[in-house]
Amino acid sequence: MSALTEGGDAPPRGVRTVGVEIATALVLTGLGAAAMWDSRRLGIGWGAEGPQSGYFPFWIGLVLVAASLGNFALALRARGTAKGGGLFVTWPQLRLVLSVLLPTALYVAAIPFTGLYVASAVLVVWFMMRLGGFRWWVALASGAATALVAFVVFEQWFLVALPKGPIETWLGY
Amino acid sequence: MEEIGLLMQGFAVALQPDNILLMLLGVSLGVLIGVLPGLGGANGIAILLPLTFAMPPVSAIIMLSCIYWGALFGGAITSILFNIPGEPWSVATTFDGYPMAQQGRAGEALTAAFTASFVGAFIAVVLLTFLAPLVAGFALQFGPPQFFAVMFLSFACFIGLGRGSPLKTLAAMMLGFLLAAVGMDTVTGQLRMTFGSTEMIRGFDFLVAVIGLFGISEILSSIEDGLSFKGQKAKIDLKVVLRTWAEMPRHWAIALRSAAIGCWMGITPAGATPASFMSYGIARRTSRHGDEFGTGRIEGVIAPETAAHAAGTSALLPMLALGVPGSPTAAVLLGGLIMWGLQPGPMLFVEQKEFVWGLIASMYLGNVVGLLVVLVAVPWFAAILRVPFSIIAALILVVCAIGAFTVSNAEFDIVLMLAFGVVGYVLKKLDYPLAPLVLALVLGDRTEEAFRQSLLVSQGDLGIFFSTWLGGSIMAAGIALAAWPLLGWLWSLLRPAAGRERPKPA
Repeated sequence: MSALTEGGDAPPRGVRTVGVEIATALVLTGLGAAAMWDSRRLGIGWGAEGPQSGYFPFWIGLVLVAASLGNFALALRARGTAKGGGLFVTWPQLRLVLSVLLPTALYVAAIPFTGLYVASAVLVVWFMMRLGGFRWWVALASGAATALVAFVVFEQWFLVALPKGPIETWLGY
Repeated sequence: MEEIGLLMQGFAVALQPDNILLMLLGVSLGVLIGVLPGLGGANGIAILLPLTFAMPPVSAIIMLSCIYWGALFGGAITSILFNIPGEPWSVATTFDGYPMAQQGRAGEALTAAFTASFVGAFIAVVLLTFLAPLVAGFALQFGPPQFFAVMFLSFACFIGLGRGSPLKTLAAMMLGFLLAAVGMDTVTGQLRMTFGSTEMIRGFDFLVAVIGLFGISEILSSIEDGLSFKGQKAKIDLKVVLRTWAEMPRHWAIALRSAAIGCWMGITPAGATPASFMSYGIARRTSRHGDEFGTGRIEGVIAPETAAHAAGTSALLPMLALGVPGSPTAAVLLGGLIMWGLQPGPMLFVEQKEFVWGLIASMYLGNVVGLLVVLVAVPWFAAILRVPFSIIAALILVVCAIGAFTVSNAEFDIVLMLAFGVVGYVLKKLDYPLAPLVLALVLGDRTEEAFRQSLLVSQGDLGIFFSTWLGGSIMAAGIALAAWPLLGWLWSLLRPAAGRERPKPA
């Protein structure tokens, strides 16, 4: 996808693919190693119930480590070539991605405290005002409508209880 | 022809008024899901799954599978009108579909796409009707070693038939297996890889993973291309439909070949996406007008759409008959079966006849309903993408959060969903395939169980997997497929003369 948005006179700058490849391969290697380490604790041999708990994850972890080291080597080899010079994401793209990701992270973090409905309304308002350029009262009305519709659909129709915060408690739910 | 009778009973179930309503609802929701970025067949169904617990299983699966058909249709709309593939398998449809729309032939392209999808799905359903009971009957004699062999073969298919790097496929798959193993070990009751965290004891639910990997990550990658969609106008009237239909029988050979490719790729879990690319490539190579592909040839729409739907449909065959899904969406449906208390696998055909045949009958009807709905309602669905991205994105994020929470009423799952979203975004951009990851996450526990039971029977002798001719030959095929890229790589090393332009290990 990123190829489509590249262009202009100056070469676009951003995070290089090779760096992310290497980081990903190393993280996966680490995960595989962690799995092997934990499996050794559980026992990777033969027990009373047949193969012990760690048997299967140990070998899976081993294959993950091997495959990831392979990917690591391939990424290192591609570093100097044209293919390795590609960009994972350009800075303007990364800014856009973060403009969605950061509010979403805050949204997720807020749910245990405010409940899902209030947090969702605020998320909609924020997105519409910051990314959509809507006027504040349009955004506010849409946010409130989202929360209300979600409440009716889930709480009333499907009888699914979603996380609620102080405002819902105050309203008697 | 016992199947015909059972199928008729199935039609009787599927044709109940309630179920027809659910079918219409499912298809419309499905098209909506297919049109919106960030909501696809797999995670759309994952989000709606918890809401179906109150329904009888037959009705629930009819609605969910109709969502699936709808999503398959919906992907084509955005590909043709907006040059945005709503689903990965409709990427190949953009090659000729979007140029057709630019030339003002959007109606023709859409009609061709929908009809081709219908034909592909129909051929696959017919195949499923007659093949699935056979496979299931066969599989009734399976023990743990044979089941392990089948699952081994499924995963080997990803390595041998996948388009991308085999090492990345392998890494993604193993990550899925590890995530599946986190939590309580059902055999010994020990906690595995929780590293002292109480939240990890429950393990990772694959529905949460699917919502993050396919939903959140899609929002993140579609925002990269900017905040607005620019599309062509859609207008379908009866004249265009009839004219296109009159023209389509000329391309029967392409349709049949694409359907065959699709069915094959769907049963082996290579999936709809490679099937659509492969059939597009073959159509271009064999066509007399191969050079004109990419400029708006109708064959370039028919070939990938037929294959994608045939694959999407036939992916349900191994899911029903063996309990081994052929695609992430089939995996989610399989998760649904387990939650409704049905044990997927060959016994389903014996114990839950009404359910199985109701589902198969609903596939026939759901595709007819789907074709009608999309032909009538294309302009409305296309209008959805004119809603500003800021609103759509926020709503989808909210829906994903609700979906992740309702899986098991856990707030921590929403955090996991977001984490999986970021992981999915990175992995997808690096061409790590997500389908094997999800399938390994779904099948991990059962694969391990089959493996351990087999070894318990044989007292640790790995030879048990080769002890019967059936299990042995499935294992041998799996090993050959898994080793295929390795052989290609060794071959290119042995022949350094050809090394300058050595083909990528496929």
